[in-house]
Amino acid sequence: MSLGFCFQSSFSANPILLFAGFESIIHEFDPWFNFRATKYLVANGFYNFWDWFDDRTWHPLGRVTGGTLYPGLMVTSGVIYHALRALTIPVDIRNVCVLLAPGFSGLTAIAAYLLTNEMTPSPSAGLLAALFMGIAPGYISRSVAGSYDNEAIAIFLLVFTFYLWIKALKQGSMLWGALCALFYGYMVASWGGYAFITCLLPLHAFVLVCMGRYSTRLYVAYTTWYALGTLASMQIPFVGFLPVKTSEHMPALGIFGFLQLLAFLDYVRSAIPSRQFQTFLWLFAGAAFGLGLLGLVIATSAGFIAPWSGRFYSLFDTGYAKIHIPIIASVSEHQPTAWPAFFFDLNMLIWLFPVGVYLCFQQLADEHVFIVVYALFGSYFAGVMVRLMLTLTPVVCIAAAIAVSALLDTYLSVKSPKPEENQAVEGAEGKKAAKSGLKATNKPVVGVYTTWGKGMIVSALAVYLLLFVLHCTWVTSNAYSSPSVVLASRLPDGSQHIIDDYREAYQWLRQNTREDAKIMSWWDYGYQIGGMADRPTLVDNNTWNNTHIATVGKAMSSSEEVSYPIMRQHEVDYVLVVFGGLLGYSGDDINKFLWMVRIAEGIWPEEVSERAFFTPRGEYRVDGEATETMKNSLMYKMSYYNYNNLFPAGQAVDRMRGARLPEVGPTLSTLEEAFTSENWIIRIYKVKDLDNLGRDHSSAAAFERGHKKKKVTKKRGPRVLRVD
Amino acid sequence: MAPKQRNAAAQTPPPSSTAPPTRAPAWTPSPPTTTPKPSLSKPTTTTTTGAGGGVQTWDKIINNVLSHYLDTTPQRTKLLDAFMVFLVAVGALQFVYCVLAGNYPFNAFLSGFAATVGQFVLTASLRIQTTEANKGDFPCVSPERAFADYVVCSLILHFFCVNFIN
Repeated sequence: MSLGFCFQSSFSANPILLFAGFESIIHEFDPWFNFRATKYLVANGFYNFWDWFDDRTWHPLGRVTGGTLYPGLMVTSGVIYHALRALTIPVDIRNVCVLLAPGFSGLTAIAAYLLTNEMTPSPSAGLLAALFMGIAPGYISRSVAGSYDNEAIAIFLLVFTFYLWIKALKQGSMLWGALCALFYGYMVASWGGYAFITCLLPLHAFVLVCMGRYSTRLYVAYTTWYALGTLASMQIPFVGFLPVKTSEHMPALGIFGFLQLLAFLDYVRSAIPSRQFQTFLWLFAGAAFGLGLLGLVIATSAGFIAPWSGRFYSLFDTGYAKIHIPIIASVSEHQPTAWPAFFFDLNMLIWLFPVGVYLCFQQLADEHVFIVVYALFGSYFAGVMVRLMLTLTPVVCIAAAIAVSALLDTYLSVKSPKPEENQAVEGAEGKKAAKSGLKATNKPVVGVYTTWGKGMIVSALAVYLLLFVLHCTWVTSNAYSSPSVVLASRLPDGSQHIIDDYREAYQWLRQNTREDAKIMSWWDYGYQIGGMADRPTLVDNNTWNNTHIATVGKAMSSSEEVSYPIMRQHEVDYVLVVFGGLLGYSGDDINKFLWMVRIAEGIWPEEVSERAFFTPRGEYRVDGEATETMKNSLMYKMSYYNYNNLFPAGQAVDRMRGARLPEVGPTLSTLEEAFTSENWIIRIYKVKDLDNLGRDHSSAAAFERGHKKKKVTKKRGPRVLRVD
Repeated sequence: MAPKQRNAAAQTPPPSSTAPPTRAPAWTPSPPTTTPKPSLSKPTTTTTTGAGGGVQTWDKIINNVLSHYLDTTPQRTKLLDAFMVFLVAVGALQFVYCVLAGNYPFNAFLSGFAATVGQFVLTASLRIQTTEANKGDFPCVSPERAFADYVVCSLILHFFCVNFIN
């Protein structure tokens, strides 16, 4: 019953906070693609979805969407949608998508409960784990309503796969191993993070073997999981042959082979006397190890196994991505985690976490080894990449729940110990006694004597828990609940003011442009344009083609004369930029601009140079001191075009960067302003057609302004360039 | 030859505790008479041919294993073992074919090979679970349950293989 309560609370807490402020809406960037794909799936059926070639993204290349996505999420919501329809419950596919994440967060809480119950006999630990899992901000960031992302279901699958693995390992049952493999397959279908399981389970098995804990149960559980799970993962077209070809999957294969040898050795050991077995063992192990290593080296060098991918290198060397693959480093989620983020996302759990791991050490059965290994592995990766905080959160919740429940179990028992044990130890050591481990066998059972002490500890703990709930609620409602497409701000009188520029602009695109008008924007907005405005884009958040993205980066960072041919070649009709200068909105394109430059520089080092965007003193400026390259770049011009008309002469200020802009704003000759949203966050420009009279655009534009050529020459900076 | 020496020493009961550590180093330096490789290939060649220098212990080991196997294995388990040998043979055959004739329908090769490997480990698991000596390891798996699990897992395995074969 209590579990049901946990489920309900974690399910209901999230959407309520969301709906309090906004209507049901999809958040962020990726969810918009998932939503669009789901609509396609529901409309066209599964087989068409599987073969989907999308010609409305990556213009002119298109994208083989069916073969390059993880279909788990879309198929799940499609199944739910059809199931509800079959039950004659009329639902909209959008509402299914919006509410999928909170629904699965409830299931995650249950999975955490089950997994924790495998670790400790105390029933309260499981409930606490479920509760923590339901409200920990680190997970809620992905489970609020509207966060329709792969992680929404993947974390449930992750925890549940681990539960099944522990179950399989404990019982040594093929059936549980097969279930584990099936859920692993589901996980592979849902999220690229499945490699975490692929590496963690072999690591656990390996650690167990190294600790001398090889058992036939381990053999049964692991081999069943691997044989079935690998096959299951290969069913996904996007994964395909990867499990036998890439190095990420090799540890699992290696441990699989290793366990075969161990099983064989185990059998031989039971057959022959130990002295003979020693000789046998040395030779056999040496031979097998050598052969395996040799095989791996040959296979890798001969190219049968692909070397580690770039994203994987960046997990070990945090500077790697910045140097070699700017496209990966440019995503804020791929940055190393700052330490306050741990406290922000996990709050008090982060200091309960080591206690829980310590308690696992005290018992140290096979399943506790799993928690220890998972804790180490997860902590490392959470430190490397912000996004992987998500994989750490479950183990933190479980370990913290074990710690809290150990404390509560000790201090909440009303019964006091018998007075004859009085001389043993005074109250302070009471908490150790609660554990039934090795310690407990050495010492007599002691407990806490005074109700006063008990009351104090319990009430302190209760206060902490309440504070934790407060923190989680605060974080959820402030940081994670606002859909980034709708911004909320407070007016001076304290009332809420909704800034809805994104949807305004996308709606404008939808209603005022041709059905097949190509929109060029930075790739962050590709999915949103595709989802909300339903217009073809050049690049989007599926960053499969770095060169194409670099092309857009080059168009944005070059001068108009260079950009215009690029845009013509790609049949661009409109260009969309995000500008936060009026509102002080930090996520705008000028702030992302350096990444565009870097990515473009990676492909065309001689045409785009990052250095040219910095002043001689190494500053990145947008005001009068900005470099000529910066002032002439298309992005700068589009951002600040006409901006100083808003202000009295000479007083134009960029509120985001706190810069006073030059008196004369930039002029555009190849583009014309088509739309600017209410708060100037989104600005859309139309690419001009070729001039009717065959002039180039700069002279045509100069003529339009009524300038004679001689007048132009007295102007500074940008004007001079336009003349030639 | 050094191995012979060591084997002789091993046969005559030595002081038990010190023997294994000394023996291991004694053995590892001995193969480099030719290359570092023989230490890898030796066990396989000796086990298959049963001839060559210093193989008396190997003969003994193999004999022991064989006699232990023949003595203690029930008839049904032998049937499972025969099936496993068959699977190994089929898997090896596929692999050799893949190496010799190329892996063109890679899907087909993978699913065929994975089917044999998967079936092999499942059968091995069944064998382990039904062996009398391992009863203590599996408190909640009766032989009947083991067989039912085996059938279910095999069905899943072959479903995936057939789906993957193209």
